Parts: sequence; structure tokens; C-alpha cells
Amino acid sequence: MTSTAAPSPTTIAGSTSFDDITASNASLRRFLHGLPGVDQVGAEARAASLGTRSIKTTAKAYALDLAIRMVDLTTLEGQDTPGKVRALASKAMRPDPADLSCPQVAAVCVYPDMVGVAKETLGSSGVNVAAVATAFPSGRAALDIKLADTRDAVEAGADEIDMVIDRGAFLAGNYLQVFEEIVAVREACGDAHLKVIFETGELQTYDNVRRVSWLAMMAGGHFIKTSTGKVQPAATLPVTMIMLEAVRDFREATGQMIGVKPAGGIRTAKDAIKYLVTVNEVAGPDWLDPDWFRFGASTLLNDLLMQRTKMTTGRYSGPDYFTLD
Amino acid sequence: MADKETTRTVSPFEYAPAPESRAIVDIKPSYGLFVNGEFVDGTGKAFKTVNPATEEVLAEVAEASEADVDAAVKAARRAYTRVWSKMSGAERAKYLYRIARIIQERGRELAVLESIDNGKPIKESRDVDVPTVAAHFFYYAGWADKLEYAGYGTQSLGVAGQVIPWNFPLLMLAWKIAPALAAGNTVVLKPAETTPLTALLFAEICQQADLPPGVVNIVTGAGETGRALVAHEDVDKVAFTGSTDVGRAIAKAVAGTDKKVTLELGGKAANIVFDDAPIDQAVEGIVNGIFFNQGHVCCAGSRLLVQESVAEEVLGKLKRRMGTLRVGDPLDKNTDIGAINSAEQLARIRELSDIGESEGAGRWSPPCDLPSNGYWFPPTLFTGVSQAHRIAREEIFGPVLSVLTFRTPHEAVEKANNTPYGLSAGIWTDKGSRILWMANQLRAGVVWANTFNKFDPTSPFGGYKESGYGREGGRHGLEGYLK
Repeated sequence: MTSTAAPSPTTIAGSTSFDDITASNASLRRFLHGLPGVDQVGAEARAASLGTRSIKTTAKAYALDLAIRMVDLTTLEGQDTPGKVRALASKAMRPDPADLSCPQVAAVCVYPDMVGVAKETLGSSGVNVAAVATAFPSGRAALDIKLADTRDAVEAGADEIDMVIDRGAFLAGNYLQVFEEIVAVREACGDAHLKVIFETGELQTYDNVRRVSWLAMMAGGHFIKTSTGKVQPAATLPVTMIMLEAVRDFREATGQMIGVKPAGGIRTAKDAIKYLVTVNEVAGPDWLDPDWFRFGASTLLNDLLMQRTKMTTGRYSGPDYFTLD
Repeated sequence: MADKETTRTVSPFEYAPAPESRAIVDIKPSYGLFVNGEFVDGTGKAFKTVNPATEEVLAEVAEASEADVDAAVKAARRAYTRVWSKMSGAERAKYLYRIARIIQERGRELAVLESIDNGKPIKESRDVDVPTVAAHFFYYAGWADKLEYAGYGTQSLGVAGQVIPWNFPLLMLAWKIAPALAAGNTVVLKPAETTPLTALLFAEICQQADLPPGVVNIVTGAGETGRALVAHEDVDKVAFTGSTDVGRAIAKAVAGTDKKVTLELGGKAANIVFDDAPIDQAVEGIVNGIFFNQGHVCCAGSRLLVQESVAEEVLGKLKRRMGTLRVGDPLDKNTDIGAINSAEQLARIRELSDIGESEGAGRWSPPCDLPSNGYWFPPTLFTGVSQAHRIAREEIFGPVLSVLTFRTPHEAVEKANNTPYGLSAGIWTDKGSRILWMANQLRAGVVWANTFNKFDPTSPFGGYKESGYGREGGRHGLEGYLK
């Protein structure tokens, strides 16, 4: 029964203050655990049925271009070098050198030490630089180190910060600690946009995904993001759908729009289109924009480009006709 | 629960038409009856079957006269005495397995034809109807040589006369024919007059499977043909799925004979949503419960009972979700709601909806463009409905949901049971103990928990009270076809 004293989403309507909810760990817990549960079987069935939409011709052309514009082209490897990042940045600006009508991607996503290199190459192209910070990917460091990591990336010119939450604290029930950490990182971001990574593969249940989504939205994250890409499973369609329901409900309660970014594991245009269908039918068409939805991906872009070329020429080209960076 | 009209948000992501090709089906200009393994001309008149989405005439179909029905029953009797009753269960199983495999192989053809003749969306005929049809034949094929373990004896009845409705033409055929044949009976089946085509394609599949002549006979026609079949004195078993009125007439017709009868009739199921339910999934379950197959489902969740404390939230989400339902061309792969099966049914839905409005219930439909030809009705819900409204009591058999509220679990049970029907019910709550308590209280043949409209050949299905008697499906489904 929901007869607890937990503040409900309707009582916060019209106000952006969540002070009552976040007054203590107990009140935050009451609120998060008072959210409607998620039935796993039903949620997965709904996601699967959205995946059966048949997107053809003009709708497919629209979806492919939109998906390209939503890509956060990512390299997060120990072996990243300035050369690799420059190459990636060039590709971000001109994904298909053979077709200048092809849109550029949303952002390039790198480790903080590569922000300067990426920024230099991208210049005023309009492609953003996103940096993963806060002891990515595990998030196992002291708060001041995470904040320093964030400031470092912002000072180097990052437009967007992708932080990771402390999953250990979340699973231990220390919701307020997770909340306060997000608030602190958001402050350290200054003008940069903040994406909050949950690592849903570690949180595991859909109930947790819904709770952490509300927690991050109340803490001031601009985007909520599924995964680091370093843990399996990374993004899945049902997890992304639960997050899209959360941003939809959050807007209903507060009027505020929050973005969603599934990351990791989305490799084909076909998969990307399933995500866009889910965005369209679950959150609504307002989210069909790179300002509100992103794909964190590296290999996805080339499949989008191949499908795009197929749409325009009627022929499939081999992988060697698309750049490898 | 403000009933303000929401305007349709125009999405830049307009799904282009994605029609399934109808080239795979070959509809003949006219069809005869399937008697003794062959297609024969009927001695009665012919009638037309139309595509309810376009009103285009698809084919002329023979209306079986009393003499035709008699010939079909004789063929079934001959096949029963000479071949089928003497055959071992293992041999019968081979034919059933073969039919199941051919259904899978010709699945797309069956799905497209079903959508054309019935009006249901291709995504349902393709993903639900046809796979479940094949599953029924596979399932009962497995029982054919194991009857002694089912607990109902091994002695078949003889000739079964079966009359099926138009809402799931092929699936209802499978529910009837598969257990009958597995148990060793032969059948004469009458499909509904508005949806005869897939039954006739199934007759071709029987030929393709080399099923001995006369084991399955298909007689097409309307009420008169059905009456002749159930009244035929050499029919040992009558199985009917359809309206409660016709079911009553059948029960009268066979009273005093030693015919065995199973009836699967109407329903007015309650879909009960508690305040601790997984709301988003409950909304999906409500949508699935009443808008699946245009609401042409005997076990449809046509009464939503929602706990008053969450009624506003649930209705808000339900309306938003209804706004995303795509109504239109049944053959478009993105269609969620297809055409109403006939002009007659459409008139019935309109009549009851108008009565709901005049009785003071709040009517709401999302903005949606309906095609100009064919039979269409938008997904509709009525708020402020009480048990005293006709739309809360009578089966509408269309995409129309009546919304009622309750305060306590006891009140929910009381309202759910306060109906002459008792076919199905749904419970939505995160509390396992409450599901079990409710399931014990509800007088309904099927109770779904945190889901709705789930069908599996292993699970028995059937009703309480005016929803009929006997069970179909599962081991229990064999009982109706054994002595």
C-alpha cells in the first residue's frame, strides 16, 4: 500500500524544489520506494512489441538521419592517443565524406585528458565534446577526486560531462549520498551539461532503474544515461524504455525535460530505429532531437551510414567504403 | 478525471505505410463445401464474404443446406467407423503433427488471409493467431497416443458437430478440431458466415496432409446451417463458441438427446487495478485486454475496475497510451487496431456506445482518422460508469472500455463478480498474497495476474455462469471428446 508519508510526484508539481523529499535519506527512500513498481515480464513484452514496428522508406530515411545526429561518437580506451581522437573528431564532423548531405554527429565522447585534442579539432563545428569524469567507469574514488576530475574536463573545454554514480552506495541504500554527489558534480560542471550514468547492468532490476532515474533527475542531471559500455549488459531496450517513462513522468510532474542516453551494445541501424520508435511512442515526439536523446556508440555510426547509402543509392556498399575511425 | 480533449501531437516521425503483400494468398472467386476430403458444390444458395476493411467482395461461398450437412455428417460417420476410430493414437498423431507443420510452413499465407477476411491487424494474425493455432495442433498431437494417462478414458465419442465464431476464425477451428481428432473423433465444422476463408484453406491443408477423407468436413453457411448441424441426429458431440443467446438455443436443441455439449460463450471481464500495481504495465494490460483484436474477444477486459486512489493517474496514462494506437489497414504491419468484422457488429457497438452516452457516462476517444470505406470504430473509453449502466453489464464485443472505480479489495471482488458472465478476470498488484486471495474469490474461468489475454494450448479455458460450460485447451480439453 502507498499510505506512507512519502511525497508524491503530484505534490511536487509546479515546483522545482525537492527539499521535502531529499531532507533525509529516509524521506528520499520513502519517495523512491513509493514509485510504482515495474513488472519485468510486462515491461520486456512491451519493449519487444515496440521492436516489431516496421519502419520503411521515408520514415526510415528520417530515422537514419536523426540517429546519426544523435550519436555521441565514443572512444574510451587505455590506448587512446591524440591521433586516434583527432581522427574520430574528423569523422564526427564529416561522417560520410562521399556524401556532404550526411549530418554530423552530436558529440565526441572521450576521457578528460583528450578533451583538449578533441576540442582543437572540432573547433566551432557545432559538434560537442563530452568527457567521462568522476573516476569513470567504476566511480570508486573520493568525492574531491571526482570533482577535480570533472573540473579538469570542464576547464579543458568539455561541453558535456558524463559522470558515473556510486553504484555501491545506491545498492547499499545510501540514496542521499548518491543524490548529493550528483548535486556536487552538477555544480562543478558550471555551464557544461551533465549526463548521469547509472550502469544499469550493475543495478540489475527495473525497479532500481526507475528509482535511480528519479534520483538523478531530482539532483539536476540534464541527461540520464544507461551504461559506461564497460559492463555487460550495457544498454537494453527495456531499460531505456523505463528511463523514457521516467523522463515523461518527470516532465508531467515538474514541467522539466530531461534527456536520455542509452550507451553500449547498440551496433546496428535496425536496433537504433527500435530505440527511436520507443522514444516516439513512450516519451513522445518532443524527445526526437539530439538535445533530448543520444546514442553512446562507436560502431553504430558505420552501420547507420551504410543503411543511409543504401537508401539513397539502392545498393549496399562493402565496409571498406566507410571510414574506420 | 477531466475529460479535456487532447490534441494529437504531430510527430515528425510519421511511419510510412508498411503493407504486408497479399500476393501470397490466392482467393478463388467461389468456394464449395469440403466433404469427404473433396470440395463439392453445395445445393443451397451462395453468399458473399467481404473484406471488412474495404467492403470489397472477396469470394462467393456455398451455403450448406440441410442435405449438405447430412452428407457431411455421413462422411464423418463413415470415416469414423471405417478409419479414424480404428487407427492407433500414434498414427493419428502423425497426421496432427503433419498438419501442425504445414500450418507453420504456410503461416504467412494463413495470417494474410485471416487479416483480409476478418479485419484483424496482420501483426496479431502473424504473431498470435497462427503460431497459437500451430501450437494447439502440436500439443494435442502429443496426447493422441497418451490418452490413457489423461484421466478421461480412451473411448472417443464419434462425430463432433462444431460451430465457431468470427473473432478468431482459425484459432477457434484449432481449439475445436485438434482435441477432437486427437481423441479419435471425426468432425463437421461450420465456420462463421463472415469469416469462412481460412477454414477453407485449412481444408486444403488437410488434403495436403493426406488426412483420410471424411475425418474433417467443413460446411459453410449462417445460422440455418449451424442449426441443421447441431440438430443432426447422428452428431454425438456439439461444441460451440459464440454468443450466449445462440448458446442457449443450442442447449435447448440438444436437451433430451445424449449429445455431449461444450459451450464457450460471452463475457464481461473485470480487469482490476490496485493502487500498488505496476502502473505502466497495468496500462499495457488494459490496452491489450480491450483493444486486442478490436475488442472482439469473449474474454476481453471490458470493465476496468481501478482503485479510486490511483484512478486519475491510471486514466491519464491510459489516455496518453490510447493516443499512440494506430487504427487502419489491417495488412499494415504497424496497425494496432484493425476493422470491425461486419456492418452488423459495428451497428451493435455504435448502439451500445450511444446508450452509454445517453445514460450519462463520459465518452472519450483519442483523435484518430478512420478510413472512409469499411467498418471502423475508434478505441473508446467511458468514465463515470457504474454497475447500473448497460455498458457495464452487456457484452459490447468491440473496442469500448467501461471504467469503474472501487475502494477496497472486497468491493473489487463484489463488483467483478456482479455480472451474469464469468469467463475471465485480471488482477494487477505487486502483492502476491492478494493475487491468490482474489483468484479464490473471483467467479471466472481464467484469472490473469499482472498480465492479460495470454493463451497457451496447455492451459484450460472456459467459463462460469452464462459464459458457458466445459473446458477447452490443456488436458481438460480432452474430456469433452471422450466418453
